[in-house]
Amino acid sequence: MNEPNHLELTSVAIDFPTDKGPFRALDNVNLKIEKGEFISLIGHSGCGKSTVLNIVAGLHRATHGGVILNGKEVVEPGPERAVVFQNHSLLPWLSAYQNIELGVKQVFKGKKSRVEIREWIEHNLELVHMSHARDKRPDEISGGMKQRVGIARALAMQPEVLLMDEPFGALDALTRAHLQDSLMEIHATLGNTVIMITHDVDEAVLLSDRIVMMSNGPAATIGEILAIELARPRERLALADDARYNHYRSAVLKFLYERQRRPEDNEQDSKPAAAQVSGASDKPGEAADTAALRLVSG
Amino acid sequence: MSTELGINKYRAFNFRFLDQLLGYLSRDHRSSALGHVIRSLGIPLVAVAIFLMLWSVLAAQVQTSLGQLPGPAKVWEQAMVLVDEHRAEREKETAFYERQEKRNAEKLATDPAAEVRIRPYTGAPTFFDQILTSLVTVATGFLIASLIAIPIGVVIGMSNTLYMAFNPIIQLFKPVSPLAWLPIVTMVVSAVYVSKDPFFAKSFLTSAITVTLCCLWPTIINTAVGVSSVDKDLINVSRVLRLPWLTKTIKIVLPSSIPMMFTGLRLSLGIGWMVLIAAEMLAQNPGLGKFVWDEFQNGSSNSLARIMVAVLVIGFIGFALDRGMLTLQRRFSWDKSATLR
Ligand SMILES: Nc1ncnc2c1ncn2[C@@H]1O[C@H](COP(=O)(O)OP(=O)(O)O)[C@@H](O)[C@H]1O
Ligand SMILES: [Mg+2]
Repeated sequence: MNEPNHLELTSVAIDFPTDKGPFRALDNVNLKIEKGEFISLIGHSGCGKSTVLNIVAGLHRATHGGVILNGKEVVEPGPERAVVFQNHSLLPWLSAYQNIELGVKQVFKGKKSRVEIREWIEHNLELVHMSHARDKRPDEISGGMKQRVGIARALAMQPEVLLMDEPFGALDALTRAHLQDSLMEIHATLGNTVIMITHDVDEAVLLSDRIVMMSNGPAATIGEILAIELARPRERLALADDARYNHYRSAVLKFLYERQRRPEDNEQDSKPAAAQVSGASDKPGEAADTAALRLVSG
Repeated sequence: MSTELGINKYRAFNFRFLDQLLGYLSRDHRSSALGHVIRSLGIPLVAVAIFLMLWSVLAAQVQTSLGQLPGPAKVWEQAMVLVDEHRAEREKETAFYERQEKRNAEKLATDPAAEVRIRPYTGAPTFFDQILTSLVTVATGFLIASLIAIPIGVVIGMSNTLYMAFNPIIQLFKPVSPLAWLPIVTMVVSAVYVSKDPFFAKSFLTSAITVTLCCLWPTIINTAVGVSSVDKDLINVSRVLRLPWLTKTIKIVLPSSIPMMFTGLRLSLGIGWMVLIAAEMLAQNPGLGKFVWDEFQNGSSNSLARIMVAVLVIGFIGFALDRGMLTLQRRFSWDKSATLR
C-alpha cells in the first residue's frame, strides 16, 4: 500500500437527462484510494452509490471531473476494473465454468495456453468454493452460489480494482457471513483494490480499511470518511466485543440516521432542491473536502 | 338464512358450483398423485363430454339445404369412411403398379430388348394425401420465412438505424391479409417460374409463398424485440469484458433473444397454418383447403360431416404444430418456463 495515487476521483459530478431537464445525481465527489485498499461505500438507497461505482467502472461518464487509474483517465469499461453486479448478472445459458471462461478468454487471449486457461478457471472456482458446481447453470444453484460465481468471474480477470455493488445484499445472514469471510481471505491473498457498496453497517466495518459515507441526493457527495484501524485478519466473533469495533459501528449509524435523514423523510422538500442543484451541494461538498484533507494529513 | 340460500342458489347457476363439485369429488385424493390425475385428466374429459353433448343436441335443431347439420356420431362415421376411401385408393394404386410390372415382365420374357415403362398412377388425392400436401406446404413456407425473418430481426434489433428504416415497411405489410397477396403471388409465380419439367408444382409454390408472406412479420418483430431488449446488466457485462462485436452477439445477444424468437416462430406457424387452408380454398391449390372446398361444391348429404372431419383435423394439426414448436423451444432455450398457451 504505497501508491497513494493509485485510483483518484476528482470533483466528479454527473447529470442524468430527465424529462424535467438534467438531474444532478452526484456533485463534487473527491476520493483518493491506495493500491490494495478495501473501501466501502455506504449511504441511503438512491443517494448515488451505484452511480459512483459505474463511473469508476467506466459504464457511466462523469459530466464534470473524472477518474484516474494509475495515471490514466478512465474513459470506458475494461476488465482491469471488474464489476460484481448486484444481481450477479451471470449469463443464464452458460454453466458456472463457461461464465468465468467468457471473461478469462477475453483477458488472457494469447497469454495463457488452453490448459492454463482451464486450470486458471478451475483455480478461481476453487477460490470461492464452487468447484462442485462447475457445470451447473445459474438457475440450478442458489443465490449465494450465483454470487460466488459472479465474484469468481470478476477475480479470474485478475482485475486491479474490484468493484462490487451490494454483492451480498440479497443473501441470508449465514451465507452472507460465509462470503464475507471468503472475501477477506481472497483480499488478503490477492491484494486487489476493492470498492464495495453495502447497506450493512457490520459488513462495512468488518471488511473495510475505510468507509466512505455518502450524503443524500440529489447532488449527493461524500459526507464523511471513516478509517477502520482494526488489525487484520479480523475475526467477526472476537470483534463483537471489541470497543473500537462498536465505536466505528455507532459512528456509521450516527451518520446514517442522525446526520443524513432517510430520503423518504425529506422527499417533499428535496424536490425544489433538485432545481437549484449547485446551492444544495455546497455544504456536503465542504464536508467531503475537509474529510479528504483530514485523510491526506492523517 | 334466507340470504345464505340465495347465495347458494346463485352459485348453482355459476361455474363456481362445478368447481365445488369437482373439488368435492377429488377432495380425498387432493394431496395424492391420483387426485392430481383426476383433476388434470378429469376436468378436460368432462368438458369434452359436455361439448359433444351440446353439439349433438344443437346440431339436431339445424336443417340445411344439405340435410341436417351432422352431430358427432355422423362425423365419426364419415371419418371412418375417409379412412376406408384412402385404403381403397392405395389398394387400387398397388394393383395398378402390379399389373404394369406383370405386363412388363411378360414383355421382357418374349423380347429381352423391349423398352418397358412404368406409368405413374393418377388417382384423385385422398383426404390423407391432402393432409400431407398441406403439411409439406406449410413447412416449406414456414422454413423459408424463418430463414429470412430471423436474420432480418437480429439485424434490425441491433441497429437503431436499420430498425427505423425497416419499421414503416413492416408496419405497413404486417396487417395485410396474405390472401390479398394471393393473386399477385399467383401471377408472379406463373410469370417467373417457367420450366419444362418443374420440380415443384406452381400451385405448391403459390401456397408456400403465401404462407411465407404471413410468417415473416411475427418472427421479424419478435426477434427484433428480443434482440433489442437484452438485459442491460448483461450488456454491461460484455462492456466490462470488452467483448468483440461478434462474441457479444453470439454469446449474449442471440441466446438471450431465443425465447422471444420462438414466440415469434410459434405465432408465425399458427398464422401460417390458418392462412394456408384459406389460400388453398381460394386458389384451388391441392391441400386440406381444397378438400373442404370440393366437398362444399360437391354438396352431397355427407359433405357437411366430411367438412367437419376436416375442420377437426385442421384444428388438431394446428395444435400439434404448436406443441412441436414448444418442444423445440424447451429443447433449445435456456428459459424452461415456456408454456403452452
Ligand atoms: N440512468 C439514469 N437516469 C436517470 N437517473 C438516474 C440514472 N441512474 C441513476 N439515476 C438517479 O440517480 C440517483 C442515484 O442512483 P443510484 O446510484 O442507483 O443510487 P444507489 O445505488 O445509491 O441506490 C437516483 O436518484 C436515481 O434515480
Ligand atoms: Mg444501487
